[in-house]
Amino acid sequence: MAVDQNLKIELGKQGIFVTTIEELYNWGRRSSVWPMQFGLACCAIEMIATTMARYDLARFGAEVFRPSPRQADLMIVSGTVTKKMAPQVVRLYNQMAEPRYVIAMGACAISGGPFKQGYNVLKGIDRYIPVDVHIPGCPPRPEALIQAFMTLQKKIDGQPLTGEGRPRHLDAEAQGEFPVPEQGEHDLEPTSNKGVWPVPITIR
Amino acid sequence: MKTVEEIKAAIEAAVPGAGVEFVSNPSASAQHSLRIAPQSAVAVAKFLRDDADLAFDFLSNVTGVDWPDKEIAEKVKVMRWVTKTVDGPDGQKVDQPVEETVEETRKRIESGCLEVVYHLYSVGKKHGPLVLRMRTVNRTDQVDLPSLTPVWRSAELQEREVFDLYGVVFGGHPDLRRLLMWDGFKDHPMRRDYVEPDDFEYEPTPHDEVLKRAQERENREQRTEGPRDRGLAAG
Ligand code: SF4
Repeated sequence: MAVDQNLKIELGKQGIFVTTIEELYNWGRRSSVWPMQFGLACCAIEMIATTMARYDLARFGAEVFRPSPRQADLMIVSGTVTKKMAPQVVRLYNQMAEPRYVIAMGACAISGGPFKQGYNVLKGIDRYIPVDVHIPGCPPRPEALIQAFMTLQKKIDGQPLTGEGRPRHLDAEAQGEFPVPEQGEHDLEPTSNKGVWPVPITIR
Repeated sequence: MKTVEEIKAAIEAAVPGAGVEFVSNPSASAQHSLRIAPQSAVAVAKFLRDDADLAFDFLSNVTGVDWPDKEIAEKVKVMRWVTKTVDGPDGQKVDQPVEETVEETRKRIESGCLEVVYHLYSVGKKHGPLVLRMRTVNRTDQVDLPSLTPVWRSAELQEREVFDLYGVVFGGHPDLRRLLMWDGFKDHPMRRDYVEPDDFEYEPTPHDEVLKRAQERENREQRTEGPRDRGLAAG
């Protein structure tokens, strides 16, 4: 049940703190999103810059980059996903514990970017795993990554604990394992996971 | 540094039957090169490295070139006999065979090859580059060349790259595996006849080449799948 904002402020003035389990739970989750420590190309340099003193990702509770997918909540796909690397990225994502989130950072990660017409670059990691926030840019500025972070925090904040739209770890039915593409003779097989990425409708 | 011609002479003196060929470069850079025969390549390489004057101790770059099969149209003059009607000596018309020259266009296929190019420098003597080339017999089944990795260690990864992207098989290479693409991959992407995978199913803002590819795919899907359910609306 939502608390009336005005009432909450009024009570706060009297020294009474009112909240809901959902709010408290999500506040805890969004304030300690631990990203996984891995970078794929030039965008990773910007990701590193974001964590350093000038941009200071620690303000958002996300300074602890974990070297193991088991301990990470967030995968920042920062850089070019080659077709040789894509199965490993999906496998790492599968190894992360729920709740987990993905930020696709930069033109390469969202669409293939400057290498889109190449034979060996995946045209967007969202073909295989669900992406929560896409950031364009080549590379995106650290501010853009922070913006993506805040967007993700808003998303986490807005997730109800029950019913429609609840995070996957609270949904027993939810799909947890995403098929890892095979490296075929000419291309990845399959070329996308249609369950995650139904070919979007373009109207020209 | 000695000129390329002098180096060629030096190689020929040191390695009998080396089969070195001078390849001139008519452009402003005038960077001439030497084409060496595969069978004596290792001996030539050893000489270039160990000779006191040349001392090419550093291999900086290995790359490949794909020369596809070429169709050559040639104009040839041929003589042939034709029958012509001429005025006979007694005022009558007579048919008489005459020899005539005509031009004919003939086509022939010149078989292509794969070429590997090595750039050598001498760190000790501070000279270079010397450009070496080697050619395979063709592009399909006779694509073996000797590896120069035993002579210059720095060739190892670069020869693997040439193997991966062009399909040249280096005999004597210690670890010939694909470098950039995965092991099960069958094609050689840097060859000119390489057909890249068709993953143009979603192109929100196509132009030029991508637009062409996306439309081709769209048309093909319309033909095979009937009415589209995902509606890449045409027009
Ligand atoms: S989007 Fe640009 S900066 Fe980022 S990985 Fe790709 S090429 Fe590098």
